[in-house]
Formats: sequence, structure tokens, C-alpha cells
Amino acid sequence: MASTIERGAPPNALGSNMSLKKALSAASPLSLRIVAECPVTKARACDLILPHAAVSTPVFMPVGTQGTLKGITVDQLEGLGCQICLGNTYHLGMRPGPDLIEKASGLHGFMNWKKNLLTDSGGFQMVSLVELSEVTEDGVKFKSPYDGKEILLSPEKSISIQNSLGSDIMMQLDDVVSSTVTGPRVEEAMHRSIRWLDRCIAANKNPDRQNLFAIIQGGLNAELRKKCLEEMTQRDVPGFAIGGLSGGEEKDDFWRMVTLSTDHLPREKPRYLMGVGYAVDLVVCVALGCDMFDCVFPTRTARFGSALVPWGSLQVKHKQYAKDLQPIDPDCHCPTCRRHSRAYLHALFKNDTAAMHHITIHNISYQLTLMRSVRQSIVEKRFPEFIQAFMKRMFPSPDQYPSWAVDALTSVNIKLE
Amino acid sequence: MAGSKMKLELSRVVQGKGRLGVLKGLGRTGQHSLKIPGCLLYTHFGSVPHLTQDTLHTMRDLPSVTQVTLSTIAEHQEVLEEFKDGFRKFAGLHDTVLYCSLHDPATSCPTGHTTNKTVSVWGSGGRIELTAAKFMALQRTIQPDWYQSMADGETWLSDTSRKRVRKSVDRTLAHLDECLLVHKNSQEFEGAEILGVVEGGDILEERLRSARETAKRPVGGFCLDGFQAGSMDQALRTQLINAVTKELPEDKPRLLQGVGQPDEVLACVGAGVDLFEAFFPFQVTERGCALCFSFDISPDPERAGSAPSTVLELEQERDAPVEAQQNGDNMVDGQTQMTSFEMNLKDKRYQDDFRPLVEGCGCYCCRNHKRAYLHHLLVTNELLAGVLLMIHNTAHYQGFFSALREALATDKLDLLQRRVLSKGDRPGGKSE
Repeated sequence: MASTIERGAPPNALGSNMSLKKALSAASPLSLRIVAECPVTKARACDLILPHAAVSTPVFMPVGTQGTLKGITVDQLEGLGCQICLGNTYHLGMRPGPDLIEKASGLHGFMNWKKNLLTDSGGFQMVSLVELSEVTEDGVKFKSPYDGKEILLSPEKSISIQNSLGSDIMMQLDDVVSSTVTGPRVEEAMHRSIRWLDRCIAANKNPDRQNLFAIIQGGLNAELRKKCLEEMTQRDVPGFAIGGLSGGEEKDDFWRMVTLSTDHLPREKPRYLMGVGYAVDLVVCVALGCDMFDCVFPTRTARFGSALVPWGSLQVKHKQYAKDLQPIDPDCHCPTCRRHSRAYLHALFKNDTAAMHHITIHNISYQLTLMRSVRQSIVEKRFPEFIQAFMKRMFPSPDQYPSWAVDALTSVNIKLE
Repeated sequence: MAGSKMKLELSRVVQGKGRLGVLKGLGRTGQHSLKIPGCLLYTHFGSVPHLTQDTLHTMRDLPSVTQVTLSTIAEHQEVLEEFKDGFRKFAGLHDTVLYCSLHDPATSCPTGHTTNKTVSVWGSGGRIELTAAKFMALQRTIQPDWYQSMADGETWLSDTSRKRVRKSVDRTLAHLDECLLVHKNSQEFEGAEILGVVEGGDILEERLRSARETAKRPVGGFCLDGFQAGSMDQALRTQLINAVTKELPEDKPRLLQGVGQPDEVLACVGAGVDLFEAFFPFQVTERGCALCFSFDISPDPERAGSAPSTVLELEQERDAPVEAQQNGDNMVDGQTQMTSFEMNLKDKRYQDDFRPLVEGCGCYCCRNHKRAYLHHLLVTNELLAGVLLMIHNTAHYQGFFSALREALATDKLDLLQRRVLSKGDRPGGKSE
């Protein structure tokens, strides 16, 4: 039951040259083929065709904030099977700046990454990193941390930078409110995000090769979320993100907002849940119908010596591993586990930064392998069994299953054993 | 004495220029070889700094001998004892000869802790005092193919007295005898080689005494200690090394410790040195710089442009040495200074420079990335900067040694010397 939705530029937006028109619409920037849908949950496995490669979903996208995945070469990342990674518009817009990246043939050329790139809008970092930011209808105003100059990040500016970066998927500038905030500010932010979406769509200079995703806002308020979904799904965008979550809200609220969003999002477009990357969250949110995920956690935690394993995590720097001659995960096939023991990595942490790179490689491999296994089980119609086995391995006993996960899975017909 | 298959085959010895040859039969199984003049692979605990095996093996023709230092391994004796199969296997190194030195050549070692019977090394957990017995117990767990004998090398400070230098020679010989006694009586050292350490500071007669006495012992080769950067100027260093190597047998390798700058390498090869520790590319990496000196000695400038190890349009890239910011936390003063052999990629002029670090360089970094990207990684303190610079600097340094051997073989040492030392415009060099 595969369905394909091709997305191209509107014909009249192109030049008068017929052959050019044809060439561009043939190379449409995004198509989604649903390979399999889980008969029990809302999970699906898709092939997401993007300008630089096909992406198998569900997919975890590692974050390469400043045009690099910390300590890892692009060949290593590609070697792990990564088909899409992130760059941050705020950081890259500051250093080295959009002009320079444009000269380097975009972020792909600048970092020499051959696969797909997704860039955020820059708005989230501005609100989270820069103290002096003020949100008005024009955009987000902030003081540059480098020269103190006041800068306005408008929807147009964000898209202009992302056009320079040349990412395969761009994110709209949204009005981000902390997920723990309630009241009229949430509603204002939701409406503003819709208005800003329209401005972003109008500002996109490269609709033929850069996909712009809308971001669903509305905080933890179901009515506001629904309203936002209703409005945004009327726009002709190639994909949707679920935003404003993973910001310290209760997990009970989190999963309800996720499942409400996927209930209202069109089946034929990709759904990207922003900022989610813990293994349990990934598996549950795939069951709730999400296709794409990103998070700095797996790579950041790696640099502190925390290796992800099917039973949670393993703190390589802890003394208990000083004489442990097993690999991090005996069943893992990543370059780190194929060659090195916990004891060697433990000792190497005292001697060289390469120790961090080893764990980073392992953690990216863990995330990508997890998602490949999830996909495989969806394709083979055994995703419910996969979830059972996954949870059993992750937690010492069923009474330690987080209640939100149990509830979320129950809502999609999975009763954890 | 355990039998070893190591054999030095000299193909050319040019007086005052250097020795060209191959060390064959290396390793306990004897299947490795190493061309001389050459350098070892510098590591931190068996890992080339910043690199994983994947990134390391983007380079071809890596040295067949990997250097590890006792200072970093000593505190891990317990786990190595339990492991039983030696450090090489513990570190996930497979196909390499393992050489264990006492100290890290890129790290300064506090003085004042040696005694008649002991030498101290500094690991991440602090000082570890070694007697010859403890030293040998450690080597037994490490299972190196070559190892530096325990030595008192505390003579590199400029105000070291003659009496102290004499003591260092005496102690080092005594340590060597003790090590050799254990070495020849232990099954575990079958096929392994001890390198005897020549001390003597800056005193010629002590240098000669140390060389002669060490040469009488059944050692596999020689470490020339106490010549490191900061200890003496190159003229004195060359003079002393010349005198020392005349006392050493022709058929055994001479490894010079703590010297790595290309001009100094050339001078020391001329004085009879065969092997160097490759810590210099690491130091260059730590200050955010890329090696870019020329070592092109091909006769035809046209052909030169396409040769993989050729360096074009270098001279205008070289920066005036300035004090570079130091990333490493443990370097000897005077070694962190930028040299004239490198370019400082943090400099703003590289911000929009879309050329590879060195035109024509075949390393992973130069094949895939531009100066502007490296500049960006450095100003944003990204870890990948160290990875890419270490790859390039290691490859460039290996290329230099390869050119050095070619120059020895084809009588072009003078040309190489001019290239390496050249500043300003260079004939035959293209500018873009």
C-alpha cells in the first residue's frame, strides 16, 4: 500500500524555459513513500526522498551544530549509515556567516557532507542561549554575543540564512515559548508562529531544492495545538514538525501533545518530533506516528564518557570498568566495539580526546542501529513484539517501566507485559 | 640473551650526511621492517592523538613502529597484568611493532626525583617511582618489541653540574645492567630488544664514556637522550651526536629523543641519527597550525605539481612565527612556539581561503577540506580541528622523511636542505 506524494515547485514560479521547468520539477525536493504501516500502533516506515539521498524512516538525525559532528569526520558519519544530520542556523549564521558558506557552495560544500542536511530556524537557540532577546511581531531581537550589536532575526532573515546554507530541509522561524509557560503568551506564540510560517513560505528563494517544514506550536494546551494543526495543515508545506515540547514538561503532557499532533497531521507528509533522542522516547514516539527525530544528547553525553547500550548507559570513566575487558556492548558492531575494550577506553579517557570520539561513534551507531531495527520490525509487521523486547531489555523489571510510556503505548493498543 | 631477528641493512652511508637503510626482521615474529632515516608513530597510550583507527588509517605508509610511553602506562599495570596479552593487544593495535619509551617527548618531566636506585615517571594520577625491578615487571606486562632501558636523563637543564652529569651516566649504565640481567633470564622477553641509553649532557667526555660503555653491552640499539629542545643549541648538539655515533657500532639503530623540527632532523641525520620520535606534528596540531614546509626535490617542476608529496606555493603561506595559543596542557616551554615550518590557521587571512592546507597533499584533510573550514573549526574550538590537523601534520611529516630518504639515495640532500629552510620566493613554485 505504498503511496507517493511528489512535491515540486509550482510551475509558474519558474522561468519561461520549458525544459528547465521540466528538469526542476523532475528533481522535486521531497517525496515520501510509505513502505509499511504498523497494523497495531500508529508507527510507519517510509522512504523519504530528499535532494541529497533517500532517508529511511523512522530516522534519528545527529546534530552537527557548527558544521561538524564533534570530533567525527564526514566519512566516519557516512560510514555509520547516517543519511541526514543537522546544522544550527544560529551558530552558523554567526560564524562563519551565511556569505562565506554561500561562497563554499552551501553548508554541504563547506563541511563536505554529501548526504542531507536539516537546519533549524535559529529561533530556539536565540531564546535559550541569548539572554537579551525580545520577541516582537517583526522577529526575535537579540544582541550579538560577539560584537554586542543588536540583530533582528525575522522569518525572512532566518529563511535567507537557511537559503544560503542550502539545507535540504529548512525549519520555519517559530515563536518559541517554554513548554512550562501557560496563559495568553502561549496562544499569542501559536498565532504568531502561523503568521511567521506564511512569511517564511513567501521568503523561500529555493522551493525547488529546499524544503520548508512548518512547526506545530500550542504549548501543552490541546485546543491551541488543534487550532495550530488546523491552520498549518492548510498550508502547502512539504513536512511538519512538532515543536514546543522536550522542554522540561511532564512526560504525561508530552506524549499526549505528540499523539494529538500525529492524529491531525496528513498521512502523506513526514512528521518530525524536535529535540527527542532518548531511546525509550524514540520507540514510544515512533509508535505514536513520528518519523524523524533529533537530539544533542547521544553525542553530548558521549563526550562525558557515557555510552548508550540496550540496557541504558554505561559510564566508561567509572572505576568499575578499569579492568573490564569486554567491549562496551558485546552485540554492537560499531568500529569502537569491534576493536576496543571498556578497560582500554577507560584508560584512554585519561590520556587523549580520541576517547570521546570512540564513544561518540558508538553512540551515533547505537541511535542509528536502534532506528534501523525499529524500521525493520515495522516492515516485518512485528513492531509490537519489538517494543516488548526493547522495554524488557531496557528496564530491570516491568515495575520500573515509566508510567507515561505505559500509558502512551496503551493508547496505541500495546499492553506492556 | 633472547634471540632477535632484527637486522640493520645499510644501503648507503654518506659521511656527514647520513645513513640510509632498512631495519629488517622487526617485531617478535620478525615480519616488519622500517626504513631509516625514519620516525616512529607517536601516541598517547597507544592512540595517535585525536585519532581513532579509522581516521589514522586514512594514511598509507604509516611507520611500522608505534611508540608508547611508560609514564602513561605505569598506572595501568594491574589491568595489564590481568589481561596477560600485552599492551599492543590491549590497545587494539594489531599490525605494528611496539616500542616503549620512558617519558613522553612532548611533556616536560619535573626534576629532582631521581635517586641512585630509582627513576620517576608522571602519569595522570601523579608520580610513580620505579626501581629497575619494578621497571622490568612493567615491561613484562607491556610486552613491547623494543624498549628503552631505564635511565637517569636529568641533565637537560642548562645549569647541570659536571658531577651530576657523571652520576647520570653511571646510574644509567647500572640500570642497563640490571635490566639486561632480567631481560636475558626471562622467557617473556624472547625476541624483544632493549635500547641502551646514551647520556652525558653537554659534556663531550661523558658522552663518549656513556656511548662506549653502552656499546659494550648486548643492546639492540641506542637511545640518545638529553638532546631535547631547550637543552642545547643545534651546533653543540650536532657536534656531540657526531662524536657519540662514531663510538657506536654501525649495525645498530640510533634513536634520538626529543628532537623533531625538520631543520634539526636534517642536522642530526647528518650526525649519524637513524630514528626520531614523531611528537613534532602533534605539537604543531596543538597550537592550531598546519605543517606546510617544502620538501620537494623532484627535478622537474612540471612533474612536481602532480606528485602527491609535493608542496607548491608554500612560501607565501608561511607565517612569521608568533606565540601561538596552547591547547595542550603539558608542554615544555619553548616547544609551544610556532616555527617557520607551519601556518597558523587561526589567522584571519584563512577565513575565506578555499584551498587545501597544502596544494597537492594527498592526506584525508587536504583531499576533503579547505583552509576556511579548518579556520572555522579552530575559532569555534571544534574537536574536529585537532583530528584533521593531526592527520595532515602526520602525513606531511611522513612525506618529509620519505623525501629525506630519497635525497640520501639520490645525492640531493643539499637541495632538500635548501627547500626545507627556504624562505621567501622559491623558483619553480607556482602561486595558485
